[in-house]
Amino acid sequence: MSGKGGTGKTTVAAALALALAEEGKRTLLVEVEGRQGIAQLFETQALPYEERKIAVAPGGGEVFALAIDPELALLDYLQMFYKLGSAGRALRKLGAIDFATTIAPGVRDVLLTGKACEAVRRKDRSGRFVYDYVVMDAPPTGRITRFLNVNDEVAGLAKIGPIHNQAQAVMRVLKSPETAVHLVTLLEEMPVQETADGIAELRAARLPVGRVIVNMVRPQVLDSAGLELVGSVPRSAVARSLSSAGLGGARRGGHAERLVEPLLTQAEEYAERYALETEQRAVLAELGVPLHELPLFAEGMDLAGLYALARKLRGQGVS
Amino acid sequence: MSRRPEPAQDQGPVREHLSPARTLEIDPLIEDPDTRIVVCCGSGGVGKTTTAAALGLRAAERGRKVVVLTIDPARRLAQSMGIDSLDNTPRRVKGIDDSAGGELHAMMLDMKRTFDEIVEAHADSERAAAILGNPFYQSLSAGFAGTQEYMAMEKLGQLRSRDEWDLIVVDTPPSRSALDFLDAPKRLGSFLDGKLIRVLLAPAKVGGRAGMKFLNVGMSMMTGALGKVLGGQLLRDVQTFVAAMDSMFGGFRTRADATYKLLQAPGTAFLVVAAPERDALREAAYFVERLAAEDMPLAGLVLNRVHGSGADRLSAERALAAAENLEESRIVDQPDGKAGLRNSPDTYGSSESPARNVTDSGSPATEDAGGAASEDEPTATDGERSVERLTAGLLRLHAERMQLLARERRTRDRFTALHPEVAMTEVAALPGDVHDLAGLRDIGERLAAGRAELSGTP
Repeated sequence: MSGKGGTGKTTVAAALALALAEEGKRTLLVEVEGRQGIAQLFETQALPYEERKIAVAPGGGEVFALAIDPELALLDYLQMFYKLGSAGRALRKLGAIDFATTIAPGVRDVLLTGKACEAVRRKDRSGRFVYDYVVMDAPPTGRITRFLNVNDEVAGLAKIGPIHNQAQAVMRVLKSPETAVHLVTLLEEMPVQETADGIAELRAARLPVGRVIVNMVRPQVLDSAGLELVGSVPRSAVARSLSSAGLGGARRGGHAERLVEPLLTQAEEYAERYALETEQRAVLAELGVPLHELPLFAEGMDLAGLYALARKLRGQGVS
Repeated sequence: MSRRPEPAQDQGPVREHLSPARTLEIDPLIEDPDTRIVVCCGSGGVGKTTTAAALGLRAAERGRKVVVLTIDPARRLAQSMGIDSLDNTPRRVKGIDDSAGGELHAMMLDMKRTFDEIVEAHADSERAAAILGNPFYQSLSAGFAGTQEYMAMEKLGQLRSRDEWDLIVVDTPPSRSALDFLDAPKRLGSFLDGKLIRVLLAPAKVGGRAGMKFLNVGMSMMTGALGKVLGGQLLRDVQTFVAAMDSMFGGFRTRADATYKLLQAPGTAFLVVAAPERDALREAAYFVERLAAEDMPLAGLVLNRVHGSGADRLSAERALAAAENLEESRIVDQPDGKAGLRNSPDTYGSSESPARNVTDSGSPATEDAGGAASEDEPTATDGERSVERLTAGLLRLHAERMQLLARERRTRDRFTALHPEVAMTEVAALPGDVHDLAGLRDIGERLAAGRAELSGTP
């Protein structure tokens, strides 16, 4: 799940994880940017580097969450593949771990995607997948292709050796039909533009593009007839109407009369925004990707809102 | 750093009367010849780049020679300033009002180009070619984690040292964590100073120099471990790269330190950009705290996309009640004919769906204009009913706006309570995006007006 900053991708990722968890499934929601957005959303304490159950979905499904810490993931990885117990600690002392997770090209992204792919492929003793779905709250649209493709690049850098093999294994998962990159956007020019660019980049990198989810869609307050009227309606008629609704006098200088101009100004702004939104919808429709819309929660997002969004996603057949 | 938690005041009624402790005065800041650098930081999607561009334009039109350094701006915004290609050099923006003698230049950061330039400038041509051709370098410079931040700071240092501009306005990269751009130079510095680099350099230097002595067992074990993890060929690439860069490291470090100090200097002003939303302001609070911890001079907070209303005396509740009144009256009034509104007999015939009337009646707009204007007598025509419906819509829109206002005010006041020391300016929301210099100028006006859109009094 990716999207331009500020479009609510963490929220949508969480809602999708909930939606997928219905009917007794088990999903893992993965956070990679260290912002603890998931914990805030689910109103729990900050997530450690550990898979924790954070929600139960209607129908008995479970949502687990994991905030991947690149440094711990690297140590984990070294331990798992090389049994570098003390050498790992020594590397850390040298600054090698810090170097690897912050400066070295791509290592951090390799670790993040690697850990997520490990969770995807993990099986329990009976050979059943531990998680039915893994939803990743991924980096923003502008960086998503590079982020996901980092393993290709690393595989090219390290032409042989364990890193090469690991990177290729991750790429196989990411490019398989089991993966879908969903993009969250708003009905605004810049996010829509970024979404279009992002899709083009993903396609060029042969990464599987999923769906576009338009988030925070505002309800339509004025219908097209109303919008048409805004420009032409006589001020006095609106004033009379306001007055009849009990908002003061319609005469010049009366309470109702003084409301007319500001109210019509707001309506003109609404009309302008509405026109822009219509335009952006048209742009999105041309992308050739399934579109979904989620409503704006005027009072801000909370746990109840999250469950409502999950229901909407389910209702729209996203899960 | 003075952070005062004030939980006791966090009550509804008290909050209503809180207003920003100080207003951020933009004009004195950008006009002051001592202000040489303005850094705009903030989380993604809050209008950081637009703010940087608008500030640059305003400063230029007030007589300063300005360069705006943007990082990956939206295409149309870049076009509005006349930059559409990534060429990494400042370009003069045409069409600004230069009567005050100012100039506006703008540039987009090209990470790879900037990195290449450093290499070319600091290594002889043979060595430069070796570095530029190294696969490890090619990946590094193409912009993996931290490089963009580091290069933005590097470019800032370059621009500043050329001393060609009165004012440099920087838009910070959309980092995963808010202040990567502050950390990147330091991190690079500590890496270059660290033992790791000596370990990496060691094998390349094996030639019987005095350094051999230090290549003790521990170190060779280390290289062994690295080789095991990275794979021999990658390790060799890294080593060749590090060895080739060796001569330049001193320069890197010096410049990283210099840029960091430059940011702390009095000529620099940080502006934290945010929108009146919970997440954006939470990030903003984090920025404010980090900047204080790093001794970076914070000028204030720019709160973008704030909504106001010309009719804020009318509360959301009253507007909604009135809207319901208008919408229901037609239906409610029918059975007993109690005309709370000026209903005509016509109303009885068209009770079911208000939406229908208009769509059925062809072009309602012209009809209404004629009908309503010519009649003073309250006989409800189709036109009048559609005016009523429109009015109800207007009231609903207004209620929505007032609720938004209240929410934004609460969010802002929460921030102000935590950071009363931070000066703030509010910029009204625009319905659309900015596409040209006029739009940027408009935003500049709003920035400078420093008006508290949310404070209640227009």
